[in-house]
Amino acid sequence: MNLPDDIEVKDIDILIIGGGTAGPMAAVAAKEKNPDASVMLLEKANVKRSGAISMGMDGLNNAVVPGHSTPEDYVKEITIANDGVLLQKGVMTYAENSFAMIQKLDKWGVYFQKDETGEYDMKKVHHLGTYVLPMPEGHNIKKILYRRLRRHRVTVENRYQAIRILKDAEGNACGCISLNSRTAEILVIRAKSVVMCTGAAGRIGLPASGYLFGTYENPSNCGDGHSMAFHCGAELTGLECYQINPLLKDYNGPACAYVTGPLGGYTANSKGDRFIECDYWSGQMMMEFYNELQGGNGPVFLKLDHLAEETIQEIEHVLHTNERPSRGRFHDGRGVDYRTKMVEMHISEIGFCAGHSASGVWTNEKGETTVPGLYGAGDMASIPHSYMLGAFVFGEICGVNAAEFAEGREFAELDMDFIISERDRILAPMKRTDGIPPSQFEYKVRRLVNDYLQPPKVTKKMDIGLQRLIAMEDDIQHLFARDAHELLRANEAQHVYDCAKMAAVASMYRTESRWGLYHHYVDHPETNNEDWFCHVQLHKNEDDEMVCKTRPIDPYVVELDDNEKNAYSQMRVQQAS
Amino acid sequence: MPIASQISMVPVVVDDDKCIAEKGCRTCIDVCPLDVLWINEETGKAHMKYDECWYCMPCETDCPTDAVTVNIPYLLR
Ligand SMILES: Cc1cc2nc3c(=O)[nH]c(=O)nc-3n(C[C@H](O)[C@H](O)[C@H](O)COP(=O)(O)OP(=O)(O)OC[C@H]3O[C@@H](n4cnc5c(N)ncnc54)[C@H](O)[C@@H]3O)c2cc1C
Ligand code: SF4
Ligand code: SF4
Repeated sequence: MNLPDDIEVKDIDILIIGGGTAGPMAAVAAKEKNPDASVMLLEKANVKRSGAISMGMDGLNNAVVPGHSTPEDYVKEITIANDGVLLQKGVMTYAENSFAMIQKLDKWGVYFQKDETGEYDMKKVHHLGTYVLPMPEGHNIKKILYRRLRRHRVTVENRYQAIRILKDAEGNACGCISLNSRTAEILVIRAKSVVMCTGAAGRIGLPASGYLFGTYENPSNCGDGHSMAFHCGAELTGLECYQINPLLKDYNGPACAYVTGPLGGYTANSKGDRFIECDYWSGQMMMEFYNELQGGNGPVFLKLDHLAEETIQEIEHVLHTNERPSRGRFHDGRGVDYRTKMVEMHISEIGFCAGHSASGVWTNEKGETTVPGLYGAGDMASIPHSYMLGAFVFGEICGVNAAEFAEGREFAELDMDFIISERDRILAPMKRTDGIPPSQFEYKVRRLVNDYLQPPKVTKKMDIGLQRLIAMEDDIQHLFARDAHELLRANEAQHVYDCAKMAAVASMYRTESRWGLYHHYVDHPETNNEDWFCHVQLHKNEDDEMVCKTRPIDPYVVELDDNEKNAYSQMRVQQAS
Repeated sequence: MPIASQISMVPVVVDDDKCIAEKGCRTCIDVCPLDVLWINEETGKAHMKYDECWYCMPCETDCPTDAVTVNIPYLLR
């Protein structure tokens, strides 16, 4: 059987989906590993300016630099911050490759801050160790990556949304189905191995502003990768360990205690008092933040008004030109000047993100998912607290391993029936003449998430939330798109919907509380190490149902002393409590 | 299921006098991660077609003629 004319097929040895941070690194690494292989980078936006680092980055949040910390120190810190539930081997692999990656980026021209002696100018932000390396001139990082892609002759396809992973008869990943967001054309890519680098699931919850695209994450990261992984049978993990961040109220960008902290700024309550020991983002820290916000001492603020003029200018230079440069305009609009006013903060909507938290598609220390030939790196995968440098390190690892997997393999026979039925499903909203606009559907899903699924988590509430979501399943067949752009949004909205259901199912499965606010389960308020010192894996069973199972935690490679385990539980400043 | 269109004040403004889209420029349209900038069929200039903006600024930064201004979306201001 041949495919109909409206479905284009391209063959490529190694397919990388998502060209933000991890993706370009994976593509370059695959080419370096095997220069004869063809490598395609498929991107929903345009690789020149896509993803979380679109405008640059303020600094490395997790640099393991000799002389300041060891990989063992780092693994310990992340183990404690993550309440013990993690694949330590994966974090160790990151930590051991962290410094080499910094040197590689440095050689490529990425500028990291150095001190008078020419050494990396490391700052302490974490609770225990020193891991933050500022990059105040970090604007050029996407340009540098783009140059590398050109040099290695990676094939780039922009404006394609990957929608489903293809599998061969043996169950190996063998490509994907994608949609052009400008022409509504379907492109099938047949590949010998696939790396997913689709970023966080940043559109599950609704920001407090109510603006669908005013999210913490770059909204092009809407959970496509999470949904694709689920539908192709891969396991996801730790989804109940939500990502929730402390942000500037309404602007919803990072307040940047990592930038301001080393210069004397801090998170304060309405009295201007410090109430948390450490501004490094963790569930435990977020719990204290939430308590302060909801208690009589709220709201919470970023306090800089006590700093010297030069320091404020330095802070403004970084925060108003890099990473989220519209921040200065936001403050101007409200008449907020760091010199005279504290800046109001709030907490973000929920999301899935391994970059900041630990939730995502299960990957091991080689970047492998549970589907052979399918790899995952960066925010969509599951190596916890990996941030930008983790995305680069695991992007590289996945690129190399995917190139090895592809070697010697033939292109698989395509499953025509599946492709045709998917084409019909993907294009359906544009075939209708009226119906439910994607924005309304998505708004409703995300509003339900806020009402029923964000912490504090309560069984009865989550149960109602899940039932309401399940009732929306029927609405999918009425989604209506007037053009290719709305069709993109309609397909995204279905992935947002999948992620919302996953958040509910995973949260109700783990009947304990863990990770501070991230999984603060009111019906089960204590941490129960006896029954729940394990991963929770969410997957699709034989009947296509969304179910969970436990997975034991692999033996640690770095043991913790008993007195270290609780370091992150003592976040509250003593005199302020 | 009948539908209605609602209007929305969009955050990104393009100065038509400065925009050189008629010379083939598509820079802001290319770099926008949310694909919300398109050519306005009536004027031939770039404009914001969908109110779905992350106020991230590549459009403004990369425009060769400084024609683009990114404002904070109204709901956030
Ligand atoms: C506002 C902000 C500030 C941050 N600050 C810091 C910091 O100072 N230091 C630090 O170390 N880390 C920081 N981080 C975290 C860091 O940026 C991320 O962890 C890292 O960049 C993630 O890389 P990634 O490749 O997983 O995702 P991204 O770089 O976001 O890339 C994902 C890409 O996938 C594309 N995509 C999504 N779905 C599809 C699809 N279906 N088909 C095709 N393409 C798709 C997207 O368009 C995007 O380009 C910050 C993050 C944010 C959001
Ligand atoms: S980048 Fe500037 S000049 Fe080019 S199309 Fe956009 S607004 Fe016009
Ligand atoms: S600010 Fe960002 S999202 Fe908004 S139009 Fe410009 S590039 Fe697009």
